[in-house]
Amino acid sequence: MLELKNVSCGYGKREIVHDISFTVEAGEFVCVLGPNGCGKTTMLKAVLGILQPFSGIIMLGRRNLSCMREAELGQAIGYIPQAHTPPFPFLVKDVVLMGRTPHLPTLSFPKKEDREIALAAMDELKISYLKDQKYTRISGGERQLVLIARALAQQPKLLVMDEPTSSLDFGNQNNVLEKMRLLSRKGMSILMVTHNPDHALFCADKVVMMKRDGTMLRKGTPAETVSEESIQEIYKTRVKIDCIHLAEGGEIPVCVPVPSYMEQRLGA
Amino acid sequence: MHTSVNPVDTEVDVIDEIDKANKTKIALIKLVILILLPIAAFILSFTMGRYAITIPQLWETISSHIWGNGTLPQSNLDTVVFNIRLPRIIAAMLVGAALSCAGAAYQGMFKNPLVSPDILGASAGAAFGACLAIYFSSSVTVIQLAAFGCGLAAVGFACLINAKLDYDPILGLVLGGILISSLFSAATSAIKYLADANDKLPEITFWLMGSLSSINQRDVMSILAPMLIGFILLILFRWRLNVLAFGEEEARSLGVNTKQLRLIIIVASTLLSASAVSICGMVGWIGLVIPHLGRAVAGPDYRTLMPVTAILGATYLVLVDDLARCLGSVEVPLGILTAILGIPFFVIIFKQNIKGER
Repeated sequence: MLELKNVSCGYGKREIVHDISFTVEAGEFVCVLGPNGCGKTTMLKAVLGILQPFSGIIMLGRRNLSCMREAELGQAIGYIPQAHTPPFPFLVKDVVLMGRTPHLPTLSFPKKEDREIALAAMDELKISYLKDQKYTRISGGERQLVLIARALAQQPKLLVMDEPTSSLDFGNQNNVLEKMRLLSRKGMSILMVTHNPDHALFCADKVVMMKRDGTMLRKGTPAETVSEESIQEIYKTRVKIDCIHLAEGGEIPVCVPVPSYMEQRLGA
Repeated sequence: MHTSVNPVDTEVDVIDEIDKANKTKIALIKLVILILLPIAAFILSFTMGRYAITIPQLWETISSHIWGNGTLPQSNLDTVVFNIRLPRIIAAMLVGAALSCAGAAYQGMFKNPLVSPDILGASAGAAFGACLAIYFSSSVTVIQLAAFGCGLAAVGFACLINAKLDYDPILGLVLGGILISSLFSAATSAIKYLADANDKLPEITFWLMGSLSSINQRDVMSILAPMLIGFILLILFRWRLNVLAFGEEEARSLGVNTKQLRLIIIVASTLLSASAVSICGMVGWIGLVIPHLGRAVAGPDYRTLMPVTAILGATYLVLVDDLARCLGSVEVPLGILTAILGIPFFVIIFKQNIKGER
């Protein structure tokens, strides 16, 4: 589906991401996990076609991504940015409808089918009740769901997300991640960038770990990659990873930082 | 268990239906008003001015102009209506619509509701061109051409600075616009300083204040083509302007070639504002205020906002120009009036709009 082969990229002449390779298979949920400033977002911009890689190649299906036009990219990849407030109070249904833009000829406007697709995307995320509200007036969590609906309206093969939960409260973070996991179970390929190990443990099929210097540490299933040692290496923080066993059966892996006063006690 | 329809649900549905019906009704009323408003302003403007004309007189003049056999000598009325007021009214409406649409487009492109059409230096450049031409005692045609050409050139330089900076494309453009505007303003000041204080300086000052008083048919014809191109481009690309208002990266990820689209919008807006400034001088505030009025009436969606803004801008400027003709024994310069009226108008509308957003 999406394949990065030895990709290095950055801004101007400065190379930030060095020699990254991984694949996102159809229906796979891939998390890129790394600390601030390691180049996660830079790598994402290369995947979106906004930055050209310095070296290496990005393949989307059988095509080289850097040879694709904007509209083709927009039809194949749906981008979900961090929720923000635009300067104008667009209606939620119009924001979602904008997801149809890559499918429209340059000078035409969305038609009835496009409006139906946009409504279906909102239905899928159960946010149809928001459709006549102003995008600037809904909550941050709702805005993030609207942006996911907009990306779904693009009917892409791959969804790409840049820390989609970073500005959300605890409950909304979980809500958004649940929705994303559901989409992935329905067969959507997802590439998500995050700095939170719990999010990777919560929803990823595959984790790509990046170090602060912009190189890749390891990749594989969450069980293979997210360990106390690897997390400590990329974040320089001591953590404990354990499983919480539910009374109903099943277990949830969690990653928590070890407070420094306890660390001293442990060290003594 | 529940075989019957939940009564609460049906009630909600009924309320929804009523709500929908009300909304379409309101939309219809708005549409009718928006169509009638410019027509009414257009007709009314013929009757205003030093030479008062009543509606029946106007009707008589128009019918005799169209169906008259042409052998009768032209009456005074005919001259006033067709040679003086008609071009002036059309010019006012064109300029009003042009500045408003250019402002609306730039506000979307720069993702900033406080942007006006002169942000890239179009009016500063045009002012310099006009002043230079006046300084060299050029004809009206040359003054207009110089204004138009320098307006385009200023925006071109601003874009060039942006390209050279290779910085954030939006901030780079704003910076380029600021630099070029202040450069051209300095050059304009230099011309004013050198100009003959008895003769040229008043002419320059008067031009800079903006006026439609000396507009004739030829002026209107000369701006028609560039304005038409500008309007058509902005109308055609108005859906993509919506997407652009979400910022560079999002627009690109939504399949928009942002570089190309920005260029198209800059060309269109510059054609509109440079041709407007070239025939009527500096008329401020319209390009900032009217798009906000448009948003208050039609919402932020450019599919409706752009045409509504054009209609409102045309109506607004033709009415302000009527005021300029009627207020005093001497005509009040248009630029002064648009500023005096525009500022309180802006505060009221802006306050209204942000109340709706929060």
